[in-house]
Amino acid sequence: MIVSGWGRYPQLDCRVAVPRSDEEVKRLVGEGRVIARGNGRAYGDSAMNLGQTLDMRGFNHMLAFDAVTGQVVTEAGVLLEDVIAAFLPRGWFPPVTPGTKFVTIGGMIAADVHGKNHHKHGSFGSFVDWIDIMTAGGKVVRASREKNRELFEWTIGGMGLTGVILRAAFRLRAVETGWIRQTLVPAPNLSAVMKIFADSQDVTYSVAWIDCLSSGDNLGRSLVMLGEHAMRRDLPLKDSVRPFATPRKRQLTVPMDAPPLSLNRLTVRAFNEVYYRNGLRHAGDTLIDWDTFFYPLDAILHWNRIYGRRGLMQYQCVLPLAQSEAGLRALLTAIALAGQGSFLAVLKRFGVQESRIAFPMEGYTLALDFPVTRRTLALLNDLDRITLAHGGRFYLAKDSRMSPETLRHSDSRFADFIAMRSATKAGDRFVSVQSERLKI
Amino acid sequence: MTGPVLILGGRSDMGLAIAHRFAAAGHPVQLAARHAQSLSADANDIHVRHNVAVTLHEFDALAVDSHAAFVKSLPVLPEVAVCAVGTMGEQAASERDVAAAIAVMRSNYEGPASILAHLANAFEARGSGTLIGISSVAGERGRATNYIYGSAKAGFTAFLSGLRNRLARKGVHVMTVLPGFVATKMVAGMDLPQKLTAETREVGEAVFNGVSRQRNVIYVKPVWRLVMGVIKNIPEPMFKKMKI
Repeated sequence: MIVSGWGRYPQLDCRVAVPRSDEEVKRLVGEGRVIARGNGRAYGDSAMNLGQTLDMRGFNHMLAFDAVTGQVVTEAGVLLEDVIAAFLPRGWFPPVTPGTKFVTIGGMIAADVHGKNHHKHGSFGSFVDWIDIMTAGGKVVRASREKNRELFEWTIGGMGLTGVILRAAFRLRAVETGWIRQTLVPAPNLSAVMKIFADSQDVTYSVAWIDCLSSGDNLGRSLVMLGEHAMRRDLPLKDSVRPFATPRKRQLTVPMDAPPLSLNRLTVRAFNEVYYRNGLRHAGDTLIDWDTFFYPLDAILHWNRIYGRRGLMQYQCVLPLAQSEAGLRALLTAIALAGQGSFLAVLKRFGVQESRIAFPMEGYTLALDFPVTRRTLALLNDLDRITLAHGGRFYLAKDSRMSPETLRHSDSRFADFIAMRSATKAGDRFVSVQSERLKI
Repeated sequence: MTGPVLILGGRSDMGLAIAHRFAAAGHPVQLAARHAQSLSADANDIHVRHNVAVTLHEFDALAVDSHAAFVKSLPVLPEVAVCAVGTMGEQAASERDVAAAIAVMRSNYEGPASILAHLANAFEARGSGTLIGISSVAGERGRATNYIYGSAKAGFTAFLSGLRNRLARKGVHVMTVLPGFVATKMVAGMDLPQKLTAETREVGEAVFNGVSRQRNVIYVKPVWRLVMGVIKNIPEPMFKKMKI
């Protein structure tokens, strides 16, 4: 069947199986090269293998919950959406969440996803206690910080290339309500937004929407969203009685592909202008529900269709702290010059993270998306060069077009990753279109 | 009302989806199926997600002699009973082999009608409860491609309608569910039109909402009411020559 990532580029004909037991996974791994796939929210070609893609959504059981520690054990194909539905009413929330709740637990581990609290709490991997992995030899190995530590560490952020994640235990965070106290702070330019991030290191959640089409004095103008879990006492009386009963949002959908020119320089510029001005008007504190705060785009099913039939490309890099300002200035200038406005551009400060292969490191991360065109490809190559020149690296969950040389130059850790894959035979068994393209 | 919900055919994707939806609203769940113990992972999943009690019960829809004892053996008489028993069989096999056809008829009509008849009497005696039968749009009109299955479902639909009529003044509600196409394991690999195909989750939602609104006959996707309205009204001389 035709399979693609969330960016809908590339779209390839893959053989797909839906295993429902360890034995079935073992059999499929024994037959040849495979890659596990979750809910297909990685943007590019990470979760595709032409010969055999394992759709892990058949592994959809929850296994245990400890109401004292907040530890949940689930199969790999359980959706984050379901974790929230099951445990938020009991006062628990995911410790780290990406910008969509339509991801599987296995996918969250494989990509070592980060959220708006990375500077404070790190990535999802920090909250994982153990992982059951089907390894190249067909054996199920339980890996944790105490046992099989190497496998555990390579698997977090390992993009499914160490084995098939079957089950995992992870810890939730106790919350008093389903509401977030949000503070919206407009920042007129890049220095201002970076100062806000630096001054907000104690705030739990922070993220900025950044206008990539503004230049000159306005380069990097942004709206910074800061958030804290609201306490019960923060809620108006009518809500504090039922602190987890947030309003259910109406589900909108994009019913079909947008025509090719709907997202162009003018429409994106107009959108950005309206969005920023709207932000100026609504600056300050508000109380909003978790769904609106963390997952604004989940309210629009198939939002990726606004990029038309050819799909979209995400681009996400991180720059080390010391070189962030110079690097971001260079990236934003290149984007503004190219006039390739990114509609959904997000800037976020990361905290320190020690990991073997995961993406985040202390500094600033910029995430952008563009329609798939020849001009976009040329621009992204320029952005690669700027990122490399400033010591940055790239998020594989977003990538669909990087070259193996760029990856090597950006991240010396991949040499060890490749050596590990060869020593454990994982390289013979667990292969994605992406890992082949990047030669890892 | 958060009494227990009994799912007959607890292994089916639709049955489980319905179980999840009621459990999410706080109802304890009784899963009944053959080899019930093999459903322990599903039972545990429902328990972990929804924090409700889930029990497993051995049940064989075709062993109609055991049905009276089965109802008596339940620890609590359920508030809601859902019959999601059934098998599509393979039309070609059913045509070649009349015994295979009879097995399809029994598992889609005789078994479901038998167990619901026993539950109906118990509910009637209590004076409350809801009985839900998962029937099929295939029972609305016989078609060459699956009339064996369709005929049994037609019988089941008529049974449910009669039962509803009988129990209407006895405090017992009977709801008929006509799911249309649903993306279940049963139809995996079939090429179904996307707009007419429901996810199992939608079935759970539709059944739950139907019960709270005391609906009589529900289609999971409303478009099916229109589709079946057209199909039922095609004159037979024309219909018999069509390939649908």
